Amino acid sequence: MRLTCPHCGARDRREFTYHGPASLLDRPAPDAGEAAWNAYLHLRDNPEGESRELWYHEPCRAWAVITRDTRTHAVHGSAAP
Amino acid sequence: MRLDGHGLIDRTSPLSFTFDGRRIDAFSGDTVASALLANGVRLVGRSFKYHRPRGIFTCGSEEPSALVTVGRGQGQEPNARATMVEAAEGLEVRSQNAWPSLRVDVMAAADLLHPFFGAGFYYKTFMWPRAFWERLYEPAIRRAAGLGRLSGVPAEDDADKAYSFCELLVIGAGPAGLMAALTAGRAGADVILADEHPRMGGRLLMEAEEVDGLSAADWAEEAVEELASLPNVRLMPRTTVTGAYDGGVYGALQRGASDTFWRITCARAILASGAIERSIAFPGNDRPGVMLAGAVRGYLHRYGVAAGREVAVFGATDDAHRTARDLTRAGVEAVMLDAREDAPAGDGFEVLTRARVTGTTGRHGIATLTVTHAGGARSLHADCLAVSGGWNPALHFTCHHNGRPRWDEALATFVPTPDAVRGLAAAGAARGDFSTHGALAGGAAAGRDALAALGRSAPEAPLPRAEDRPVRQQAFWMVEATGRKWLDLQNDVTDKDIRLSAQEAFRSVEHMKRYTTQGMAADQGKTSNVAALALLADATGRGIPATGTTTFRPPYVPVPIAAMGAGARGRGFAPERRTAADTDHRRRGAPMIEAGLWVRPSYYPAPGETTWRQSCDREVRTVRERVGVCDVSTLGKIEVQGPDAGAFLDIVYANRMSTLAEGRVRYGLMLREDGHVMDDGTCARLPGGRWIVTTTTAAAGPVMRHMDYARQCLARDLDVSLVSVTDHWTQIAVAGPLARRLLDSLGDLPLLPFMGCAETTLGGAPARLFRISFSGEEGYEIAVPARFGASLWRLAVAQAESLGGAPYGLEALNVLRLEKGFLTHAEMDGRTTAYDLGLGGMVADKDAIGVAASRRPGLVDPDRPRLVGLVPIDPAGVMTAGAHLYDRSAAATRPNGQGHVTSAGHSPTLGHALGLALLRGGPERHGEVIRLVDAMRHVETEVRVGPTCAYDPDGGRMRG
Amino acid sequence: MGYSGFRVFWEGLTGNRGWRPVWREPEPKARYKVLVIGGGGHGLSTAYYLARNHGITDVAVLEKGWLGSGNIGRNTTIVRANYFLPGNSEFYSHSLKLWEGLEGELGYNVMHSQRGLINLFHSDGQRDAFVRRGNAMAAQGDDAVLLDREGVRGLLPYLDFEQARFPIHGGLLHPRGGTARHDAVAWGYARAADARGVDLIQNCGVTGIRVENGRVRGVETTRGPIEAESVAIVVAGRTSQVAAMAGLRVPIESHVLQAFVTEGLKPVIDHVVSFGMGHFYISQSDKGGLVFGGDLDFHPSYAQRGNLPMAEHVMEAAMTLMPVIGRAKVVRSWGGIMDMSPDGSPVIDRTDVEGLFLNCGWNYGGFKAVPASGWALAHLIATGAPHESAARFRLDRFRTGRGLMDEEGTGAQHHLH
Repeated sequence: MRLTCPHCGARDRREFTYHGPASLLDRPAPDAGEAAWNAYLHLRDNPEGESRELWYHEPCRAWAVITRDTRTHAVHGSAAP
Repeated sequence: MRLDGHGLIDRTSPLSFTFDGRRIDAFSGDTVASALLANGVRLVGRSFKYHRPRGIFTCGSEEPSALVTVGRGQGQEPNARATMVEAAEGLEVRSQNAWPSLRVDVMAAADLLHPFFGAGFYYKTFMWPRAFWERLYEPAIRRAAGLGRLSGVPAEDDADKAYSFCELLVIGAGPAGLMAALTAGRAGADVILADEHPRMGGRLLMEAEEVDGLSAADWAEEAVEELASLPNVRLMPRTTVTGAYDGGVYGALQRGASDTFWRITCARAILASGAIERSIAFPGNDRPGVMLAGAVRGYLHRYGVAAGREVAVFGATDDAHRTARDLTRAGVEAVMLDAREDAPAGDGFEVLTRARVTGTTGRHGIATLTVTHAGGARSLHADCLAVSGGWNPALHFTCHHNGRPRWDEALATFVPTPDAVRGLAAAGAARGDFSTHGALAGGAAAGRDALAALGRSAPEAPLPRAEDRPVRQQAFWMVEATGRKWLDLQNDVTDKDIRLSAQEAFRSVEHMKRYTTQGMAADQGKTSNVAALALLADATGRGIPATGTTTFRPPYVPVPIAAMGAGARGRGFAPERRTAADTDHRRRGAPMIEAGLWVRPSYYPAPGETTWRQSCDREVRTVRERVGVCDVSTLGKIEVQGPDAGAFLDIVYANRMSTLAEGRVRYGLMLREDGHVMDDGTCARLPGGRWIVTTTTAAAGPVMRHMDYARQCLARDLDVSLVSVTDHWTQIAVAGPLARRLLDSLGDLPLLPFMGCAETTLGGAPARLFRISFSGEEGYEIAVPARFGASLWRLAVAQAESLGGAPYGLEALNVLRLEKGFLTHAEMDGRTTAYDLGLGGMVADKDAIGVAASRRPGLVDPDRPRLVGLVPIDPAGVMTAGAHLYDRSAAATRPNGQGHVTSAGHSPTLGHALGLALLRGGPERHGEVIRLVDAMRHVETEVRVGPTCAYDPDGGRMRG
Repeated sequence: MGYSGFRVFWEGLTGNRGWRPVWREPEPKARYKVLVIGGGGHGLSTAYYLARNHGITDVAVLEKGWLGSGNIGRNTTIVRANYFLPGNSEFYSHSLKLWEGLEGELGYNVMHSQRGLINLFHSDGQRDAFVRRGNAMAAQGDDAVLLDREGVRGLLPYLDFEQARFPIHGGLLHPRGGTARHDAVAWGYARAADARGVDLIQNCGVTGIRVENGRVRGVETTRGPIEAESVAIVVAGRTSQVAAMAGLRVPIESHVLQAFVTEGLKPVIDHVVSFGMGHFYISQSDKGGLVFGGDLDFHPSYAQRGNLPMAEHVMEAAMTLMPVIGRAKVVRSWGGIMDMSPDGSPVIDRTDVEGLFLNCGWNYGGFKAVPASGWALAHLIATGAPHESAARFRLDRFRTGRGLMDEEGTGAQHHLH
């Protein structure tokens, strides 16, 4: 499996660490309330198909938003957060 | 029987090996199977369930039957396919799954009981009496099951892993693969051509054909020579591609003196894996001597071996006639049993039309067969029965990404679905183009397509001339006759099992496979799956397309664990991290223990000490009374710089860090976003703008990633940069009443207040000095660049000893912190909150990671297990980590559980055991006497709940 | 007619013609009292216990593919009760007791084999964590034995005690842990549920869930609409998609977990063994294949297949721990889709839609839960109250933070459990 780092290009999957969906970038305000924080921390769209995910490229320490298909594992895009 | 004038073996290099102790003469270029056949050996093994005699069925990696054990000891390989093992001088080959001998196997009695051992019989019995399953039935089943035996000694550590990249990977070097590689190679593409046999050419080496006026084998040799001359083409013989993975990554197993497991990454791949012949189900079709017709031709042309002296060929295709023809021309008696009405006439051999083999005889190999045909019924003598039910494309890789093949009615076979694996295109027989011309043309076309996809132009080249007879295949799966007809030769699955499966409602093809075990043996049913599902389709009346097929999964051929796990034996499994002073620790005799990837000294035995406790107690007392030095280089160190460093640290720490003054150090607590504690450590603000975040040893990597996440994903607007300097600095803790005197003996180091820090120099080297304490004594940590680390360590130890001090290891470090109630990951176990650990006050009212979630009601419930200290009521009482806590009179049952001991140890300072525990409502229960129960270590102790800090609670000693 | 040795013998004498279908293949009715979406282990056991414990037989199990085609058809078959947090402890303890009587209960040999499970540890810290676990197991009334290095050597002499990168300090033995024949569990429950009148509908994909005024009314399927009073979603791996049909967003991420099996070998590994410093656990099946697995591939996936990094890691762990199996050859690998939850523990609960129930979040450990999961969900559906063994498997624990069961201590990152 290969993933794309926005800085280094296509690399072996072993260089990357998965973190979670890209929705984690939209962090609620501290006082957003229990429901908002619950949705942020726990609930997931978990899409079957195109998925935007946060990955860490260990060798260059860059975080990336990688667009990937969860049915085929095809990578469609990669960008800095 | 070896035939003169045939075969591509090297008759100038004879060799010999043994099979069950018998000497087998062979030539270089033989496989074990070809040599056994040449020596007239037909019986080579026993089947899994009924222990039926088994012989050689194919001449390739699809072999279901001829499994043998090769070698002995470290290199012993069970279940090796005799068709793939190259004959070598002195090789020791043994049969398996037979006792006392291959010819006289008592377990063959199972065959007599076959009416009771049908598909799934074990699900219906062995249930009574219940206790008998584990004690009697199952052990007997386990002993009987399995085929080969592992040697019982560790496998040789000689396998390797390797990585390669190319533009085009061509899988298989038959006519299609060679043509594809030539087309792409001549155009300059970076090509890898992999083939599982030692000699490339595939079926071209196994047929009596001409290509471009040359014999097929000669043409193949010229093609391989040309490919070898191209610098942009890499040839990988003896290499079986094992799996298609994501992103153009393929696994491959290269055999040789030792195995190499390759990970090949390519932009495009061509599947030119050819086709696999299928058998026909008829009674007694499993006897040794019954072989696939193409394999019989293969042994003739590739190895110069006649698989029998009297050969009957049974099939329903023109292709099967070639076997009879080639054998006849080689002087072997052959008769063609053609199932078709309109069978063509024989080219020098007898042909029976509308033929059906209805039975065979022969104890250890076929001797006679009965056949009905257009002219009546006959009994024939034959020591080899070559069978062909047609060919199936070897399309397995196209299923590795969950693609399902398509049923081709005209070819009566499954063919690959295009684009089932992105970037992989099938060509030649693997795609259903069964003629040699079709394979060459398909290979060339696939090569051109690949070049176009790679953005390369393809020069036109003429196609080599080759036979181009139309290929007709018809469905002919089974002979209607009484008797067991085998499908899966390894797992002993017969037509009866398939029918029983359908009868019992296991009608889905997946149910049938699982219920009967069809295709679940080591060969994944390569020669039998299609016929089995044809029989299932017949039994259910659904037809083959509606029945569908099971899928194929990697690996294509069995792969040794030692190959895919190469390099990991012993210490190779994970890298080992050593501090700069590692050699000095070892030189002092310190037992080194694992701390994640690091190895650290656990204690430094002094003369006369015989137990770790003696050393540990002494080291603790030394720190409390004199001075100790400890190598703490493994702690994570992260430098933070930039105008917004303070604001950034306020996001990652739960407590406020931005207010820290230059030259000061503050204890910090990091939370996960879910509100639980992630890690703790100190944060120092050096004069001049650098901040140094210290993490625990275990969390150094995760915290770095976490801080990068905070910076790049959450605090994108802040001007701050981070770098891990864990490996760059050696850090040594100096602790004890004489700590300052030791520092002064090292050099001119600045005076610091408690929780102060400074940048300085030591012996001309840059140094950092922190006045912090994890021991509760006056303590410093001094850091120097790692290249000076060993020198500093030696110097510090020498000075400590001159002051009556000593180095101390992890054991003493842990006791010192336990006496003080300081935390480690035994307390910060990922389930605890700052509130639980008595640090709730540190969580500041600000937008830091984890603060919002830490205020969820369930996380601030006073009844949660919260940190307390424990001391035994009886000073001699034992306390152990992992013990559970109960009220004094309550039984030790889960509903009564009050918490558990996180850390425990003997305090030489206080003279009794000490513990830290997470106790429900703990801080409200100081003074209470409770019960500690460790059923695992048979310990039960009454303990008193108290504060976490048992030594110098005011901290006067570390403040100095 | 029941299964027995005598029956096998009799049928063998008479040509095996008397074996009846293990289940009917009924057409779906227009309405049922209870619909169970998902014909995997959990769905089938739910249907069985609805009939067996509560007399509710007007039940259909709707299966998109073939019965047992989900994770019960693709796992490493381990059965254990060695959890340590309240909630999990009592649930898996209950499940193991049900396993111990399952053959008699179902009249089907699921080959539950209590071969003993050994978790190895490689440091003092790991030892103390396993002691804590063992004490929790003992307090629950289950069995656990702490083994030192020599104790492990006595049971598993083939491990590499001399050179392994992470030395073996000892292990926690769970004598009642073991394995079972995974497919047979699905078939046994299916056959027994069918015998009690449950309709098992294969090739019936659910395409919609009908909700009116906050109450579930039934489902749309590829074989037409079906009405029901209660609907249970029991589709681990695809919980998000099915729950979304009822407008629910769930705390689940779907991840792929690989497993591997070797060719058949004469007995070499008697126990279930799990490595403490890498992702590797192994047992040997009754057929002789070494069955082993590792951790997730660590990325969301609905493709039932894995990739080389984890596959190679697993083989590397095997080589450092037990190089004696190095020449065994892997013949098949596969991947299952895991329902990963934020604390690594499952959910058996009502939803905000009345009459709609959720059974999900089994992470990589759903196989051993099959009996108790069905038992508890059937109880919840039939009585409206959670069964005592699964009372903590609540959906709202994430929102409130109350009663989290994070055995790994890795926090609200679904894939890290």
